[in-house]
Amino acid sequence: MATLAQTVRPTRAGLKPQTRHTINGLLFAAPWLIGIALFWVYPILASAYYSFTKFNGIQTPQWIGLANYIELFTEDANFSAAVYNTLYFALVSIPLAIVVSFALAMLLNAKINGRVVYRTIYFLPTLVPEVALALVWVYLFTPGTGVINLPFDWLGLRGPCWLTCPEWSRTTIVLLALWIIGNQVILYLAGLQDVPQDLYDAANVDGANFWHKFRHVTVPLMTPVVFFHLVTSLIGALQFFTVPYIMTGGTGFPANSTLFYSIYLYKNAFHHFEMGYASAMAWLLFLVTLGITLVIFRTSRLWVFYAGGEPG
Amino acid sequence: MAVETQSAPRTTVVTQPRRWLTGKQVREIVRHLLTHAALIPAALLFLLPFLWMLSTSLKTDEQLYAYPPVWIPSPFNWANYPNAVTYITFFLYLRNTLIIALGSTIGALISCSMVAYSLARIPWGGRNWLFIATIATLMLPFQVTLIPLFLVFKNLGWVGDFRPLIIPHFFGGALYIFLLRQFFMTIPMELSEAARIDGASEFRIYRSIILPLAKPALATVAIFEFIARWRDYLGPLIYLNDQSLYTLSLGLHEYSSQYGREWGLLMAASVLITLPIILLFFFLQKTFVQGITLTGIKG
Repeated sequence: MATLAQTVRPTRAGLKPQTRHTINGLLFAAPWLIGIALFWVYPILASAYYSFTKFNGIQTPQWIGLANYIELFTEDANFSAAVYNTLYFALVSIPLAIVVSFALAMLLNAKINGRVVYRTIYFLPTLVPEVALALVWVYLFTPGTGVINLPFDWLGLRGPCWLTCPEWSRTTIVLLALWIIGNQVILYLAGLQDVPQDLYDAANVDGANFWHKFRHVTVPLMTPVVFFHLVTSLIGALQFFTVPYIMTGGTGFPANSTLFYSIYLYKNAFHHFEMGYASAMAWLLFLVTLGITLVIFRTSRLWVFYAGGEPG
Repeated sequence: MAVETQSAPRTTVVTQPRRWLTGKQVREIVRHLLTHAALIPAALLFLLPFLWMLSTSLKTDEQLYAYPPVWIPSPFNWANYPNAVTYITFFLYLRNTLIIALGSTIGALISCSMVAYSLARIPWGGRNWLFIATIATLMLPFQVTLIPLFLVFKNLGWVGDFRPLIIPHFFGGALYIFLLRQFFMTIPMELSEAARIDGASEFRIYRSIILPLAKPALATVAIFEFIARWRDYLGPLIYLNDQSLYTLSLGLHEYSSQYGREWGLLMAASVLITLPIILLFFFLQKTFVQGITLTGIKG
């Protein structure tokens, strides 16, 4: 009887360690295994299917082949505006953010008084709910009542029209995005503090000046942080939504200049109920993100320097 | 040896001629002044929107349209605050926000710590693949899942209440799994092995050894998730349509788009929804900074 009970219901303790580990590993990972299947794999496949259909979210999707994609690329002026604005935002704001946050971190890394205070001040804006952020920006940047043009008035100049005209609105949003780089400043500062002092000491012995040390010690050792920053901020920039959506109510005012990719996607899906069309947009975004990330990873071997000698 | 090397610099200091400042010290002071001269204007630019928000929240309607603008309104018009709380039904939205934020935080803590435990502490075959899949989801744009998920929740009859905003967090999330895994890996493996030899179950090791040791990392996850849900706008925008269930962010935007630009009131409300996070930050600053660097570099 005892042996029968053991064969029918083998306790986990009786199993080989490797089998036991596999069972436990799967059990502990179970929430995420289900999560990946339900919240990533299924939706990605489903939206691939929807992207080839005409679908309003209620009736059965109708297969229309590549028609959504063809319409996006040949007929839809809003789509090209959204692509242009999003790429403009990514290509201008990311290099600026890298330079500014690196520079601020370098300044903070000089052993000066009040470093913690500065770091806190630079970080605070990243905590503000985006709705509040967008509202205060709109108000600040409204010529007439906002303070933004005050310095121009003092000088007797006419200030820019900021968010109210298409020539300035894209640039304004790029500048505004610089306000929320506190995370990156902290990352660069932590990276700078990890640079071993003996490397600088050795450079000093060799008679290196500030520029040499910066160029040949600091920058190479900081490339992993730049790499991380580049990847995450590119992914983030392509998905930029809440701030411009709130600033303009999603209208893209003025003249579609603040219509970003995600806003246009959202409007197609949830205002016009063009779920198939929006899915095609979502899949294009997915492919572009994937492509760009792969390119950055591939080229990283050429410019990212790992102190341990091995990418890690 | 040690005594000799220590005493050597001391004697040189004493024998140096006393001067007010050496050239090196002067250069050092100039360098500090220049650094502050760059950091202070930057700090002012970063603070400007906060100051403007605060100043506007205390203005009467006439002061709002004064030109040139008034920085310190006199007297302070505190009435904007009680008005904001009443008109925007602040406490109702606060309750909704707290339900969503706390529910998601609990979900994230339980699920992500379990998955991270599996990835970091149990040597099983598929874990490297799972780790790669986890990192991959970090790079995928959520937009590609948005529409199918919305339709799934709609078919389940969940759209319009808090379930789509809370329940998915009980199934893990890449960023926190990654963060906790990195932390769990730093705990010596011998602790687990010894406990296994003593016959402790894997759950027992997780519950009684690893989780207590990982409190700082768990605190980081809790704060990050709470603040992310507090700030979230898109999720509530998509899933909530009954105004009595709105969150603070959604409610504030709804109010601003319906009642035009009542800046004094809107800025008072903005101060009110920003302040709790800032207070949280000041109490838990260390946990924040650790979390940012843990996810950022130690990869």
